[in-house]
Amino acid sequence: MAVVRRGAPPDVTYDVTVIGAGVVGTAVARELARHPGLRIALVEAADDVGEGTSKANTAILHTGFDAVPGSLESRLVREGQARLAVYAAESGIPVEPVGALLVAWDDEQLAALPQLLAKAERNGYHAARLLGPAEVRAREPHLGPGALGALDVPGESIICPWTTTLAYATQAVRAGVDLLLNCRVGRVSSSGEAHLLTTGRGTLRTRYLVNAAGLHADTVDRLLGHDAFTVTPRRGQLIVYDKLARDLVRHILLPVPTALGKGVLVAPTVHGNVLLGPTAEEVDDKSATGTTAEGIAALREKGHRILPELLDEEVTAVYAGLRAATDQDDYRISAHKEQRYVTVGGIRSTGLTASMAIAAHVTELLAGTGLDLSAPRDVEPVRMPNLGEAFPRPYRRADLIAADPAYGEIVCHCERVTRGEIRDALAATIPPGSPEGLRRRTRARNGRCQGFYCGAQVRELYERGAEMGTG
Amino acid sequence: MRRERIVDVLVVGAGPAGLATAAGLAAAGVGEVEVVDRERQAGGIPRHCLHGGFGRLGMTGPQYAERCVAAAVGTGAVLRTGVSVTAWAAPLTVDTTSPRGLERITARAVVLATGARERPRAARLVPGTRPAGVYTTGELQQAADLHRQRIGTRAVVVGAEPVSFTALDTLRRAGVAVAALVTEHPRHQARPARALDARLRHGVPVLTDATVVELVGRGRLSGVGLRHRDGRTAHVACDTVVFTGDFVPDHELARRAGLLLDPGTRGPAVDGAFRTDGRGVFAVGNVLHAAEPARAVAREGTLAAEAVRRYLSDGDWPSASVRLRVAAPLAWIAPNRLTPDDPPGAFTLRTTEFAARPALVITQDGRTLHRTRSRRPAVPNRPFRVAGDWTGRVDARGGAVRIALG
Ligand SMILES: Cc1cc2nc3c(=O)[nH]c(=O)nc-3n(C[C@H](O)[C@H](O)[C@H](O)COP(=O)(O)OP(=O)(O)OC[C@H]3O[C@@H](n4cnc5c(N)ncnc54)[C@H](O)[C@@H]3O)c2cc1C
Ligand SMILES: Cc1cc2nc3c(=O)[nH]c(=O)nc-3n(C[C@H](O)[C@H](O)[C@H](O)COP(=O)(O)OP(=O)(O)OC[C@H]3O[C@@H](n4cnc5c(N)ncnc54)[C@H](O)[C@@H]3O)c2cc1C
Repeated sequence: MAVVRRGAPPDVTYDVTVIGAGVVGTAVARELARHPGLRIALVEAADDVGEGTSKANTAILHTGFDAVPGSLESRLVREGQARLAVYAAESGIPVEPVGALLVAWDDEQLAALPQLLAKAERNGYHAARLLGPAEVRAREPHLGPGALGALDVPGESIICPWTTTLAYATQAVRAGVDLLLNCRVGRVSSSGEAHLLTTGRGTLRTRYLVNAAGLHADTVDRLLGHDAFTVTPRRGQLIVYDKLARDLVRHILLPVPTALGKGVLVAPTVHGNVLLGPTAEEVDDKSATGTTAEGIAALREKGHRILPELLDEEVTAVYAGLRAATDQDDYRISAHKEQRYVTVGGIRSTGLTASMAIAAHVTELLAGTGLDLSAPRDVEPVRMPNLGEAFPRPYRRADLIAADPAYGEIVCHCERVTRGEIRDALAATIPPGSPEGLRRRTRARNGRCQGFYCGAQVRELYERGAEMGTG
Repeated sequence: MRRERIVDVLVVGAGPAGLATAAGLAAAGVGEVEVVDRERQAGGIPRHCLHGGFGRLGMTGPQYAERCVAAAVGTGAVLRTGVSVTAWAAPLTVDTTSPRGLERITARAVVLATGARERPRAARLVPGTRPAGVYTTGELQQAADLHRQRIGTRAVVVGAEPVSFTALDTLRRAGVAVAALVTEHPRHQARPARALDARLRHGVPVLTDATVVELVGRGRLSGVGLRHRDGRTAHVACDTVVFTGDFVPDHELARRAGLLLDPGTRGPAVDGAFRTDGRGVFAVGNVLHAAEPARAVAREGTLAAEAVRRYLSDGDWPSASVRLRVAAPLAWIAPNRLTPDDPPGAFTLRTTEFAARPALVITQDGRTLHRTRSRRPAVPNRPFRVAGDWTGRVDARGGAVRIALG
């Protein structure tokens, strides 16, 4: 089991190499690792897994009720949701089945609800139903005035996106996958039976190749001579509100999509906060993850309509993620048999949900291109540290603290993260590559004070961990 | 399993306010007085303020903290650190976590002395990237002075109030050049000598009427975007930015208890005897008014101790109160509830605009209760006070009392 952050890639020929350790690439690596006998590499340009779009989304486990019926996305979202719900329960990834309401605020939106209900049916989702204004208000007492009705989609859930990617990656590495971080693939050439991947750290040889490079999937595709699609980043800015706002909202409040656009949502998070967003802006820079004054102002205006009291609460974070949109309303997954290569492109705004189904689909495609797959085995289950508020966190567990007092020593007060959890994260199978990585693994520094109280101590712990060679 | 315990008074927070309250109570011999603090060391914010300016003698923060701790422990209060109050189990019962396990502590009176923090970048809605090198003064002081961490080479300080100048000192001690202090106000808000010293001796300009509107840089901060009130914009190269001041009470426990909050201070609403609207729950220090100097909150602690002692002996709790409301440019007033039996001796206010000789007009239901002109200017981010000698004219059954600049 290996996580390699520096030095030349191992001098071996891998059976399969996956480019990109986002939620999709890690899911693919994990799925492949279930087949004994394969030598697998997962290569990632950043210093950690999940550093791309997978860390910055709205963290909803979708039912796929509103996908384009008959599309690949529709099928993979539906299958992915079912798989991930089971996997999450097994692995300790926090999921809360809070359900969603699509609230109509004007006649046009109200008129769109029955069509959405019909669409849900066509997507094989049968639990949705229409609610009148009184019922909507009863279900969401803090809603702003003027809600005319809603579509109730009880199957929508919230999930921890950070833990999901980390769980896949951890399980993959434990099952023998080599994870190569700080390793950007710049060129691909071929030498007989193998692809040669030129990275900043040397050359890597692999027989089969999976491109899960997210926003850069088009670039990697071109390295292999294809020109099938172009990724146009669509930025989504989001505001995270303080935990004290959590009681204001019970469901995911989804916008009703109309001709005028998609609108923004208000959703609780499994970490106990409330999200407002995202915007949808076409940008031409694949690294444009900054936020803007206009974006924040627009979100606040919309949020005020949906949940007026939300705006009185403190903001703990503002961030942006980039959707990997293409000119088609579907995923762009394709196999190139002669090249022993599969592209996983255009995984836009549902990739977290669909990840496990995408992985299964990609594995089948690889088999179709000739990869010899042995029968899958059950890999050793992982049990991830719990970051969810709906489940007991270590600071509330007398048994854990009695066995190890470090779980009673709260370091980050706003998020109640203990020294024991920070220590564990620094010594884990995939240790964080930066204090930011530690934040995504523990929530340390993720709260309302953003480090006023604990920032220096968390950094101290991180640096000490890194010195010991574990970080 | 939680260990259940009972004490007479539980003080949450061992900063200057909580420690002074505990010291006063223990000295008066009210029984078992326990102070808990979630940090490993007691003393609150002054623990990491290595600069002078604390107390009457202007000692350093750590010296002052030590003195507060000694006073509380010396009078017989029980002080426990590393203990976080995490929730309420009942109106006067809290749950705690510490390395020694979980507890459930019930008290006859609970005193919230949980202090205040500075708003970080996100809470101020400053757009841009999310690079490293972004601090509040609180984090900066701990990083530079307590942990000796590397900070950066060139900084911009957001704010020009007293605490901003302490950030400047900390940065200089840590070998960081300071490009500028930036304030949205037309003038800095520190004592004139302080600002003059910064400018003349250290060449640090105060950029007034300006706001930081963007952070730039990937991985590490590379600069900030500024906008002047007149619309001009500028870019200042720096690898560090410190967001100072803009204090907000750490009111989580107050809110979780369902206590009435004051919309101005955002802390629990209290009367002159530090009583919240929850029977037996008091609040003191910067959780009531973010932020006052340590000396002022310690003085409050002494008064609060007397109020708690009285409650423990007579059990009286006011059932009704009149709220105090301020009008812009006033931001808040504390105390902010009036109860018939305990009029405050004095009130502290905050303004968002400078006023040379502010006139205060206090009315209730259209009736003028009091009119006064202060000889001292009102300065944003600095306290100004008004005596409470007019409170006898308040109608206890009337509407809210309104305070405005005349
Ligand atoms: C605002 C927003 C909200 C969203 N909300 C949801 C939601 O609620 N539910 C949901 O299911 N989905 C949601 N999504 C979509 C979801 O986040 C994405 O579909 C998913 O994260 C895509 O994962 P990925 O692995 O394809 O991409 P990424 O996470 O971007 O991973 C790609 C990785 O490839 C690496 N890489 C790129 N080029 C190279 C190279 N040459 N060499 C090596 N490595 C390389 C990158 O560094 C990156 O780590 C949302 C997306 C956004 C932007
Ligand atoms: C950077 C900075 C510089 C300053 N410089 C000066 C100066 O030069 N001179 C001056 O007079 N004043 C100064 N001040 C102000 C001074 O620090 C405050 O007036 C004083 O600390 C307020 O005391 P307090 O007891 O109300 O709160 P704090 O000192 O904030 O103490 C609150 C305590 O409560 C604890 N607590 C909070 N919640 C919980 C919980 N749930 N469970 C357990 N414990 C909890 C905290 O750990 C903390 O120790 C400065 C403040 C700052 C931030």
